Amino acid sequence: MDLTFSPQERAFESEVRDFIAQNLTPEMKRATALTPSVFSDPDIGMAWQRALHKQGWGAPGWPVEHGGPDWTPAQRWIFEAECARAGTPNVNVMGVKMVGPVIIGFGSPEQKNFYLPRILSGEDYWCQGYSEPGSGSDLASLKTRAVRDGDDYIINGTKIWTTHAHHANRMFALVRTNDTERKQDGISFILIDMKSPGITTRPILTIGGDHEVNQVFFDDVRVPVANRVGEEGKGWTYGKYLLEFERGSGIASAKLRDALKTVADLAESDATGRAIDDPDIAVRMSEIEVDIDTLEMTELRVLSALQTGQNPGAVSSLLKLRVSEIRQAVTRLGVEVIGNDGLYVEPMRPLYRLNEAPGIPEEMLPVVPEYLNGRAYTIFGGSSEIQRDIVAKMVLGL
Amino acid sequence: MDLNLSDEQRLLRESVDRFIAETYDADHRRRSAGDPLGFSPAIWKQFADLGWLALPIAEEYGGLGAGSVETGIVMEAFGRGLVTEPYLATVIIGAGLISECGSEAQKQAMLPKVADGSLHLAFAHSERAARFDLAHVDTVATKTADGWRLDGKKIAVIDGRAAGQIIVSARVADNNGAAGKLCLFLMPAGTQGITPRDYARLGGGRACNLDLANVQLPANALLGDGSDALPRIEAVVDRALAALGSEAVGIMQIMFDMTLEYTKVRQQFGRPLSANQVIRHRLADMAMHCDEARSIALRAAVMADAEPVARGRAASGAKAKIGKSARFVAEQSVQLHGAMGVTEELDIGSYFKRLLAFDTLFGGSAHHYRRHAALGGRTPPHA
Repeated sequence: MDLTFSPQERAFESEVRDFIAQNLTPEMKRATALTPSVFSDPDIGMAWQRALHKQGWGAPGWPVEHGGPDWTPAQRWIFEAECARAGTPNVNVMGVKMVGPVIIGFGSPEQKNFYLPRILSGEDYWCQGYSEPGSGSDLASLKTRAVRDGDDYIINGTKIWTTHAHHANRMFALVRTNDTERKQDGISFILIDMKSPGITTRPILTIGGDHEVNQVFFDDVRVPVANRVGEEGKGWTYGKYLLEFERGSGIASAKLRDALKTVADLAESDATGRAIDDPDIAVRMSEIEVDIDTLEMTELRVLSALQTGQNPGAVSSLLKLRVSEIRQAVTRLGVEVIGNDGLYVEPMRPLYRLNEAPGIPEEMLPVVPEYLNGRAYTIFGGSSEIQRDIVAKMVLGL
Repeated sequence: MDLNLSDEQRLLRESVDRFIAETYDADHRRRSAGDPLGFSPAIWKQFADLGWLALPIAEEYGGLGAGSVETGIVMEAFGRGLVTEPYLATVIIGAGLISECGSEAQKQAMLPKVADGSLHLAFAHSERAARFDLAHVDTVATKTADGWRLDGKKIAVIDGRAAGQIIVSARVADNNGAAGKLCLFLMPAGTQGITPRDYARLGGGRACNLDLANVQLPANALLGDGSDALPRIEAVVDRALAALGSEAVGIMQIMFDMTLEYTKVRQQFGRPLSANQVIRHRLADMAMHCDEARSIALRAAVMADAEPVARGRAASGAKAKIGKSARFVAEQSVQLHGAMGVTEELDIGSYFKRLLAFDTLFGGSAHHYRRHAALGGRTPPHA
């Protein structure tokens, strides 16, 4: 039992470091550090996706025949860790990590041939149409309706909290194609061209001052039946598969460690009057660091099980809960560390392209917005309350 | 990078799990509690026969040369069984100190006896004024014509009564009488000048306070070469923290399993307790704390032989984090058992007390988060 990587894995680590050194521009790095929302804007995120794709690393989790790099679980770990350490852009996951695996798993040959290369290259930019104003945690109650009309569906309804809908040219959505007794059985998984007539997008500003999410309206939007993934009425199953796929490949500790390091650097700087000298702040930083060490060990336990072909079991479903809580603890500590400078509000976005120099040191700009936006971590993707329900049911067998 | 158990480790786990399941029950614990030593010498002999006492001892001294991961496997199972045999005091700490500090002759004389079960050890280090600061020792060792004289007061000497040799820490007085280097001394049980006060320890087992007044020891009582022992004491205590963490994981897991089962069986308002969302969420949190404790205890074990700063941060981080998680799981286990949870009629209370003792030993969460911060260069040492 040991925590060190093999010589081959070390060699791969240098390869990743070299790649990052050659491809991560100072502009990308600065833009990423100054982005207080979850994903980088497309100009930054897709520039990085194109660089990864050129290297053959555009979709680490995909099978080789669709352009995956055929990495071991340890290689994926190393890749994620190195990217986090270097501060590479946060590429919107909707394409590579979410719709991609569903198309690979359940799409037709035509869909695979058309969509997958465009996801890899960054030519298509995806958003996710799941939540609705009346369907948050109770997602299966969704009402956006797709009615069959010849070779098309006609879609009416609305989706909300749609991240980057204002940037996306495509959406994957769960829509109601049938009124079944069990509401999950009437849902289909459908791919929508965002340029289709009848689609309008309304921006929603979040409390951190960022425009990341939207509400999307569908008025008699025609979508070819050929854009349905898999069978009609099986959308719920595909949607759940997507979530499990994400859960199994979760490597979050490296990013959290990087976020904590940013806060620690601020705390050790004269700009914050050396906040670290407050023993309460120093101890709380240790508390969070140990929580991240714990999370990393859990991830490595899962990884070790995967390496030898074992099923990691229940462990991974506990991760989402802790990751979101630790993320919030890091951002909360950040606000305390910058002290009075947390009162400064910068309304302009993006923070890396301001017309005038801000009134506080630049690196402090995202701290308060990150805390405010970060309240969403325990809400999106299944709120913490829903996660606890899932743990009780799936892990504890209650 | 591999955190899977090896075949040998898996076999060890199976054998110790089986032994604990077959041997340790509430009746057994009551019998042990009635023994003046607080444990069963016959069981200790079985531990020796099974090779568990030899685990961390080097092969040249009759040991198996295993590490903290292996002793962690044993300690986790011991936690489940609430074992009171003095494994921590004798094998992890006592043999650990002799291995780290002892001369060749001292190792030859004592380590094989630990491995074969014929020698018990204890570590007399804590003092009232020190709280949990390992460097704070007021007990004084004075050089005499033919050896040493020890004076001072030690508290919370775990399983001191059973020990054939007690390892005592003391500051060596220089010619002017000022306290100097921290050294360790071997003090045979029953040496004149020791006034022991033996007591039943919270959560099972025994401990004692020792008043040392004009205790005369021979020259060869000094453990090792007389260099300052603090760094080696810290190394051994860090290993003890890892071992205690594994023990706590075993206790937390069984408390959680018992509580989960109870909430399924206990009916109120015409349905099981576990049908209520507030209970289900509490159980989900308990499961998470158990799993987190398991991860960080393993980290402390894997890092037990790393360089001192990384080792110390891993050990203190684990002690602090597990302390917090253990408190949650223990308190909620009692809470969810309702009034029965605060009686002596269920095992829950025994486990609860052992976790409280775990939290206290070598310092609680606040102390170890501070040490973690200090070792990380965030605060000055002993802030």
